Amino acid sequence: MKGMTLIVKTVTRWVKVFIFLYGIYLTITGHLTPGGGFAGGVVIACSYILLTLAYGREFALKNLSLGKASVFDSSGVLLFLIVALLGIGFGGIFFANFLQARYPGEEFALFSSGTIPIYNIAILLKVGASLFNVFVILSILRIVVEKDGSKKMVAEGDREEE
Amino acid sequence: MGEEIYLFITLIFIILGALVAVETRSLLSSVISLGAVGFGLSIAFLLLMAPDLAIVQIAVEVILLIFLIRATIGRDVVPTTGHINWISLSIVSLLIVAFLLIGIYSFRSLLEFGTPIISAVGEAPSNSYIENGLSRTGAANIVTSVILDYRAYDTLGEATVLFTAILGALTVLRVRSRRELGGRR
Amino acid sequence: MIYTLCFVLFLIGLYCAITKKNIVKIVIGLTLMEYSANLFLILLGYRKGGVAPIVSENMNITEFLATSVDPLPQALVLTSIVIGLGVTTLAIAICIRLYEKYGTFDITEIRRLKG
Repeated sequence: MKGMTLIVKTVTRWVKVFIFLYGIYLTITGHLTPGGGFAGGVVIACSYILLTLAYGREFALKNLSLGKASVFDSSGVLLFLIVALLGIGFGGIFFANFLQARYPGEEFALFSSGTIPIYNIAILLKVGASLFNVFVILSILRIVVEKDGSKKMVAEGDREEE
Repeated sequence: MGEEIYLFITLIFIILGALVAVETRSLLSSVISLGAVGFGLSIAFLLLMAPDLAIVQIAVEVILLIFLIRATIGRDVVPTTGHINWISLSIVSLLIVAFLLIGIYSFRSLLEFGTPIISAVGEAPSNSYIENGLSRTGAANIVTSVILDYRAYDTLGEATVLFTAILGALTVLRVRSRRELGGRR
Repeated sequence: MIYTLCFVLFLIGLYCAITKKNIVKIVIGLTLMEYSANLFLILLGYRKGGVAPIVSENMNITEFLATSVDPLPQALVLTSIVIGLGVTTLAIAICIRLYEKYGTFDITEIRRLKG
């Protein structure tokens, strides 16, 4: 999987940063404008998938390996749960918005509305990392036709060594 | 009519795309028609004043298209020939027509299109979300304040379901590719 | 009328999932049904001439209360779309495994090859 032609690679080099920034923008201003963690996560997964398609899998895995993606995935859920549990300690109930009760920010400001931006970032990590993970696994497997005509699906690395 | 006519046109586009996706023979064009349905749905969400959903839908559709094309491309697809079972096909058609009639009958009991239930019922929960959402949670986007503050359990359940689904997909796919995963686990 | 069109989309998906023999077509039918369910929930919450449920700076809250569309279906559908992506991904993974095992997407062939 060597990637695509020079044109695609050049365009990807320019565009990937903007897609990534757009995902982050959607997430951190999710409580003010349309967007939020789900949209941001899917857009960031899109940027990594574009990178994988244009440059080949090895380049993308060098940036974000599967182990790291799994760590991000799990840490997103953990961050979500930990902040929710902190709500018991500080606010009395699960999922209490304790930051908003103590430090109410200015309305329509970026640092406002307490725990909601933190939840957004947690969802961004979860959705983005898990979708990238699945895509890489889907792109690893491919079908080879053996000598006796039967088809078999193998991981790509195995075939090259044989 | 006014703004509804655009919604109407978009819905008809969606239905045509769905028909093409169901009936065409080649799998690849079927998948691409499904993409057209998804993008039309995104426009419909935009016309229905749901910008959050439009953004999520358009991004999800791109990823779903990539996954489906990945699954179907390069597979030798033998178009399923053989005689059509007319008896079962007619039973299915009768069932679907009956469903359609029941649906049309029961849609009469709904409120007319364009008058949501929050305008008819004064103490619906959405009214309180709209009224107090900004002052209580500080989030100007009421949808975000609903999913991450008022009804955060819903989001927690969603994260669990997504985690389980992705875990299932990885488990189904990774049997022969453990060495590719890095081997350090 | 618009509800009926949305229901027609659901029925197309149902027809596809029942009658088609190709397993990818069945997944496509399930996706169409999911789309139509999402669209129906949003249609229920629409208010004629309404505005999106996002407060902007100089906006009167009581006026906003009278004109905003229903935010609750939007919030539920927002999670439902992403769950739908996850579930469809699982279905695609199972399709690929079946293809690897049997060499075909046809469910009648897969049944015949069983055992």
